[in-house]
This record gives sequence, structure tokens and C-alpha cells, in this order.
Amino acid sequence: MDDAGLSVPVAARGLTKTFGSFRAVDDVDFQVQPGEAFGFLGPNGAGKSSTMRMIGCVSPRTAGDLTVFGLDPTRDGSTIRARLGVVPQEDALDVELNVRENLYVYGRFFDLKRSEIRRRTEELLEFTQLTERADDRVEPLSGGMKRRLTIARALINQPDLVLLDEPTTGLDPQARHLVWDRLYRLKQQGATLILTTHYMDEAEQLCDRLVVMDNGRIVDDGSPRALIDRHCTKEVVELRLAATTDLERSAGHLRRDGLEVEVLPDRILIYADDGEAALSFADGVGLRPESALIRRSTLEDVFLALTGRTLVEAG
Amino acid sequence: MTTPIGHRRYPSVGSVQPPAGTWTTPRFVRVVEYHLVGYRRMWRGSIVRIVISPILYLLSMGIGVGSLVDQRGAVDLAGGSYLAFVAPGLMAAAAMQSASAASLYPVLASVKWLRTAYGQVGTPLRPVDLVVGLQAWFAILALAAAIFFTLVLAVFGVVASPLVVLAPLATVLGGLSFSAPLAAWAMSQQDDHKFSVVFRLIVLPMFLLSGVFFPVEQLPAPLEAVAVVAPLWHTIELTRGLTLGTAGMSDFFHVAVLVAYVIAGCLYGKRTYTRRLYP
Ligand SMILES: Nc1ncnc2c1ncn2[C@@H]1O[C@H](COP(=O)(O)OP(=O)(O)OP(=O)(O)O)[C@@H](O)[C@H]1O
Ligand SMILES: [Mg+2]
Repeated sequence: MDDAGLSVPVAARGLTKTFGSFRAVDDVDFQVQPGEAFGFLGPNGAGKSSTMRMIGCVSPRTAGDLTVFGLDPTRDGSTIRARLGVVPQEDALDVELNVRENLYVYGRFFDLKRSEIRRRTEELLEFTQLTERADDRVEPLSGGMKRRLTIARALINQPDLVLLDEPTTGLDPQARHLVWDRLYRLKQQGATLILTTHYMDEAEQLCDRLVVMDNGRIVDDGSPRALIDRHCTKEVVELRLAATTDLERSAGHLRRDGLEVEVLPDRILIYADDGEAALSFADGVGLRPESALIRRSTLEDVFLALTGRTLVEAG
Repeated sequence: MTTPIGHRRYPSVGSVQPPAGTWTTPRFVRVVEYHLVGYRRMWRGSIVRIVISPILYLLSMGIGVGSLVDQRGAVDLAGGSYLAFVAPGLMAAAAMQSASAASLYPVLASVKWLRTAYGQVGTPLRPVDLVVGLQAWFAILALAAAIFFTLVLAVFGVVASPLVVLAPLATVLGGLSFSAPLAAWAMSQQDDHKFSVVFRLIVLPMFLLSGVFFPVEQLPAPLEAVAVVAPLWHTIELTRGLTLGTAGMSDFFHVAVLVAYVIAGCLYGKRTYTRRLYP
């Protein structure tokens, strides 16, 4: 229909955001392709939300190029926002209104017809499993329900691109899985999604491609698999040793024998393509861990390899 | 699943909504609608205030104080009786107070405590739509209150001119001359520490000194100079002239001053809203 719909959903070059002299987003480049789920993975303060707000045309960039649907957010903010669905980090629902009214007023902000909003409301309530709560006030709803309502609200205008800033932070595991399931369905239906998260499992489950952010910069990008292959071995052995053990010394023994080792405050990680072999090796040098776990490498390990910190520490 | 839910396939095919930029209704009207939906839950309290306050004001100030003043016959007031003099001023003052109350705490709340304003920014609405939309909503509320106040004036027998039908509009303009700058300023505040200062140092002195209760000519010259700059004085001059039939060409000047306050307030609001909501 419209030409803009055929261009790249989001393209950024040298994108920078400063607050005073502080560089919240520092010279980042990325491109989001139609139909993909694109993620920003990073610890607190990495600049994820600042980037999302620039894409969402609610925060002017300080420097660099940014286009959304081929348009310039500075000039065409309102036009771009009409085609976006935004789930901000904080819900910003109207808690005095009921569930249905929240969708109604939001739909009207997009100039949708009343009848059209009513039709979509029923669909979206069904989709986010809120039908039973449709006429309840928002205030007493659980965090997971409010999050789902925010997602439903973001979809009322049938957006071409959905921005989700930490869609599941603060939710219990069950609520998270429900949100994941809905986002996964959206993705299957061809929606373009951009999401931020500091959960590596979320990034692995949902993202086709992601960038790892730290201190306002992009430290690497690729598919979850590619990032893991690039920075990590196939498997990781986690050793928990008695509290009295000198972890650095133990790690030294292992390193001397050519193993790739990372020391965390409470455990030692050994990177190896064959975890079993590495574990028996550790056994061989006399390490007696209280517990040992062999697992596949994750994005958490990628982040550690790229920044020298865990996502949790970094936040 | 057969029908895509909540979004259309990318790139968009068969878009059901007109492309943005072809709005047939001004966008700020949607903000008015939003406030109307919320108002459905609290209109009772608001109606009580609209009905009770003019009656109380006129009974106490007009009839209570008025009977004392008129007995003494101290000054020659417009309208003849003190009730007739004070009533249009009270109508203007009531609008100022409602407008001030509505544009301080609720505006800060929308961005700080309730965060509802952030639910409006990720939409095609622009900062100017949020600013104008809120003021338009205030105008509707103020108009309802002013129409009722004018009816009460009629019942109390102080209406002396058919021009009184314009008095509610003048009152609304007067209310906006407060709410537009105050809402803009409230949007720039991090907390409510200075709000009570606004009431004590701006709203209350204006209420007492801008010609509601006595003509500003009675004031010492420096104070009179301050009073005639204040928007409330211009509003009172307008409503009084329209109610008592003494309106003249100078009223266009009062309208111009009030309009200037409203426009300046909205422009200031565009700045503070943009800074706060689109950082
Ligand atoms: N409006 C603002 N004014 C000043 N500094 C800001 C503002 N918004 C963000 N920052 C700063 O920019 C940095 C990046 O913030 P941002 O919210 O983008 O991080 P984030 O990756 O989303 O973190 P989190 O995971 O905690 O949400 C932080 O240090 C933050 O304090
Ligand atoms: Mg954030």
C-alpha cells in the first residue's frame, strides 16, 4: 500500500543520546529487518530504554541517523507513532479506568472508529486472556495482567512494528511464560518485534537477532546461536567449591592445563566443548567441588565473555 | 490461528485505518474524550461543587456582607447594590480557583504519580495536542460551572443586561488564563513543594485584591498597577460589564489580554510538555 511500509523498519547509524554530558547511547549502529524479532540485551543502565524511546519517537536523538519505516522521527514522529505499538518499561495504564476503557481511550488516540475499537478490544482481550477482567478497574489487577493489558493496548492500532521494553521484568515465571507465548504468536503471524531484556533466556527464546549493549555501546550482534558460537564453547561446567577454597588458585591450576576458566564470586566456570572431559580433568587436578553442573552455553556466558561481568553484577 | 490478531502482516497490506496525517478531527479532541471517560466516574462530586459554590458565595458575600455595605451607602458601586457589584466578580474568582486547582496537582500527578501522561505519548498525539486537549477539557468544565453560576445570578436578581449570555464565555476565558500557564508550569515541576506558594502568593492575593470585593481604584497606586496586570482583574471587568450592562469598547482590550495569557500559557506548555514527556 504505502511505500514506507516496504522499507527497513528501523535503521540506525552513529545513533547517540546524551543527557547533559552523560552519553546514555553512544554511537550505535543497527538495522531491524521486516518480520524479525530483534533484541537489545544488556544490564541496567546500558541504554536500552533510551534507544527504544528514540525509535518510538518520544525522545529526540542527540546525534547520528535514525529512520523508522524510512521516515525521520524528528520530522514525522506522529506519522511513525501511528504505526507503532509501544510497551514502555513502566505500564502507564490509567488505573482509575477499567480494562476495556483503557483500550478504548487508547484506540481513540489513534483515531480509530468506535466500532472498530470495540471489535479489536474483544479480540485483544481474548488474545491476552483478560476477557474475564474486561469490566474491572485496572488498579487491583496483578502485575502480569497489567503487563498483558499494556501489550493489548499496544496492539490496538494493528502496528507494523511492536516495541517492547522489558516485557516480562518483575513477573513471576508463570506470568512470564504466558507473555512469551503471546509474543511468540505475534512473531509467527509476521509482526516485527523489537524488545529489550536483561534475561538471557528471554532473548534466546524470542529473538532472531540481538545486540549486546553495555554502557551505551553495542559490544556485539548476531543471532543467539551465532553469538554463543562466536564467544563461547559448546558447554560450560559450573563448579561450586567450599567457601574456604581459594578460587583464584584453583582456577590457576585449571588454566595451566589449558582450560578456559572464569572466576565468579561464588563459583568457577570452565568453558569446554566436552563438559564431561573437563569435569574429570578438574577432578584430576584435585578439585573437590561441592557441586558440579554441566550445561550448554547461554547468552549469559556471551555477556560475561564480552564484558567480563555477569548481567546481574553489571546491573 | 487463522486471523492475525492485533497487527497486520508486514509489510502492511489492506490497511484498515487511513494513513496518519489524514485526521478529519483535530487531534486534541481525543484528549478531551479521554478526560470525559474518566469524568464519568467522578461527575457527582463535581456537580455538587458546581451547584453549591455559587449559592454559598452569593449568600455570604452578596447578601450577608452586602446588607451591611448597602446600609452605610459608603461608595457608589456599579450595579447599585453591593450584591450586584460583587456577584460577577465572585463568578470570575470561582473560575480562577477551579482552574488553578485543576491544573497543579492533577497535572503533576499525570506525570509523576499516576504516570497517565506517558500513556499518551506513544501515540500519534503531539505535545501541542496534549496541551490544547487538556485546556479544552478545562474549558468545558468551566463553561458548565459558569452557565450555572449565571443562572444563579439571574435568580438573585443581579442581571441587568441581555449581554449576560456572554458572561460564561468571558469567565471560561478567565479560567483558561490561569490554567494554561499553571498547567505548563506544573509540568516542569519535580514535586509539589511550590504549589502552596502559588496559592498563597498568586491565587489568594488576586482573589482579595483584583476587584472582586471593591474597585481596584481603592488600592494604593502601586498595588493598583499590579492588580490591573493580573488576569483576574480583566476577567472581572468583563463579567461585570456583561452582567450589569456597562460593557464597552474597553472590553475588547480585556479579551485581548486574556487571550494573550492563554496563548502564552499554551506555548510555554508546549515547551514544558515536550521537555518532560519527550526527554
Ligand atoms: N531523562 C533522563 N535524564 C538523565 N539521564 C537519563 C535519562 N534517561 C536515562 N538516563 C540515564 O541514561 C542511562 C541509560 O538509561 P536507560 O534507561 O536507557 O538504561 P536501560 O538499559 O534501559 O536500563 P534498565 O535495564 O535499568 O531499564 C542511565 O544511566 C540513566 O540514568
Ligand atoms: Mg530500561
